[in-house]
Amino acid sequence: MTELDKTGAAAGAPRGGPRRRRIRGRRGVPLPLLVPALLGLAFLIVPLVALLVRAPWRSLPELLTSAEVWQALQLSLVCATAATAVSLVIGVPLAWLLARVEFRGRGLVRALVTLPLVLPPVVGGVALLMALGRNGIVGKSLDDWFGITLPFTTAGVVIAEAFVAMPFLVISVEGTLRAADPRFEEAAATLGASRFTAFRRVTLPLIAPGVAAGAVLAWARALGEFGATITFAGNFPGRTQTMPLAVYLALQSDPEAAIALSLVLLTVSVAVLAGLRDRWMTAG
Amino acid sequence: MTDTRDTAPGPRSDGRAEGLDARLVVGRGAFRLDVALTVAPGEVVALLGPNGAGKTTALRALAGLTPLTAGHLRLDGQALEPTPPESRPVGVVFQDYLLFPHLTALDNVAFGPRCQGSAKAEARAQASEWLGRLGLADHAGAKPRKLSGGQAQRVALARALATRPRLLLLDEPLAALDARTRLEVRSQLRRHLAEFEAVAVLVTHDPLDAMVLADRLVVVEDGRVVQEGAPSHIARHPRTDYIAQLVGLNLFRGTADGHTVRLDAGPCVTTTEDLSGPVFVAFPPNAVTLHRERPAGASARNLWHCEIAGLETHGDQIRADLTGELPLAADLTTVAAAELDLRPGAAVWATVKATQTHAYPV
Repeated sequence: MTELDKTGAAAGAPRGGPRRRRIRGRRGVPLPLLVPALLGLAFLIVPLVALLVRAPWRSLPELLTSAEVWQALQLSLVCATAATAVSLVIGVPLAWLLARVEFRGRGLVRALVTLPLVLPPVVGGVALLMALGRNGIVGKSLDDWFGITLPFTTAGVVIAEAFVAMPFLVISVEGTLRAADPRFEEAAATLGASRFTAFRRVTLPLIAPGVAAGAVLAWARALGEFGATITFAGNFPGRTQTMPLAVYLALQSDPEAAIALSLVLLTVSVAVLAGLRDRWMTAG
Repeated sequence: MTDTRDTAPGPRSDGRAEGLDARLVVGRGAFRLDVALTVAPGEVVALLGPNGAGKTTALRALAGLTPLTAGHLRLDGQALEPTPPESRPVGVVFQDYLLFPHLTALDNVAFGPRCQGSAKAEARAQASEWLGRLGLADHAGAKPRKLSGGQAQRVALARALATRPRLLLLDEPLAALDARTRLEVRSQLRRHLAEFEAVAVLVTHDPLDAMVLADRLVVVEDGRVVQEGAPSHIARHPRTDYIAQLVGLNLFRGTADGHTVRLDAGPCVTTTEDLSGPVFVAFPPNAVTLHRERPAGASARNLWHCEIAGLETHGDQIRADLTGELPLAADLTTVAAAELDLRPGAAVWATVKATQTHAYPV
């Protein structure tokens, strides 16, 4: 009787131990899902493997130490970092506004902030030209009054990258702010802190991990930015030619160099992912 | 019967009212809080009430975190309504303390003095002094997550006191503690509150906390004050079922005529007090005696025919809930309960001696 009970339980018991559940889970993956899933995995991994397979490993040191590569890499790092800094200075307060202040049309403002996330970057570049170009609605005044020209300059690269990357930071920081307990700010207020002091001394330290993650995300996005940059800032070596532009150009004349440059960007991406792993990879 | 502490701090000879004088009106949807509160300097008042009564809303209104819909708020003669929370001379100890997790205990306490304009070193010196006063000198460098519940509570108190408030607010100051630390922290807090020279208002749903910590209780139900007075007075003269339950008394309303009170519930009670008009009658559950048979020879006074609705252990006693002629709570020993063969549904006779009842005017 007891034996019968046992086998009965083993066959259909929904409350089996974790070991049994795992076995059931593995058996339970249906083929119509497994095949496309593996195909999807291969689709994402094979190109990266191909890049490593075809890499000109022997001539790599030589390729990577050429002046042009260094120039492009340096420019990329400087511009992405500057774009991240710009995003932090104006993006964090924007995130705070969206998370903490009730105002009419907040939903619309949030949608507008998110728009560059889904907007084709080339369109972003065109829009920036219309705004900040020599004849743009703001750029004309900048040119007339201060003699400042932004398009096709290194500053233009920073602006194009910040335009595309800042929404990542704002969304990330706003999410962290919403998750943070607003009563800490109230506690600070009862201790005599103005709203700004409370933000600076209490809120900002509390959301620092979220700000850091958002900054890394924005930096990675800025580093890979292509469409808006080439449209708004052009492609001048040493001035506006960042790594992605250099890769694209090299592919037409010197494919090996293009692969070498791509490897550098791949390495940076993997490093970013490793840096963020605690935050996202452990989500499951 | 009247307690001197019941009297509000009136205007003094110089015409300046010291302490807190407030009428807090906050409307929020269907809920409306309307509580008048006057507290003298050095006095500790507890807002006692069930969850959702509006106690915390009242505290937030005092701190300026929730705006008043109407009413007034004066502290030491000065109107506080237009003052934002950061400029009010008010210190708050929050229910879960809300210590800043990224700062040490010392920097948490120094936060207030810093915001009030002290230099960093000066603020830290003050904070260090406060921590020392509260027996936390050894924990100055600890982050809040390294502190025990009782220590965190004292850091929160030190942080609130370090701004030298004229009004100290404590929201459920002991609710976050386990039973053992609670006992210890309660007596410490009692001492610190006794030393505090300005107005202290605390909010709690625990009658014991309220009675130990406060000089005067203000009982709030449904956004309204239903009773206020000294703890000992309220414990003996409850005016609502909620308070009667808190202090563990059977409470009935009725009309007195000499020594007899006709209860609104129906039957009459004989009392020792000689009163007339609307009164409350209260007696403790352990004053009730239960019998299976109608007691022979007993007078018909204070004898009611009831039915057991439920039984539960209550400390080392059995608490019987009775329905019937008069809904009652009765306490009896486990032995007595066994001898009487009590079980839900059983019919019993309940008696109470007149000397153990207490009647007082409404």
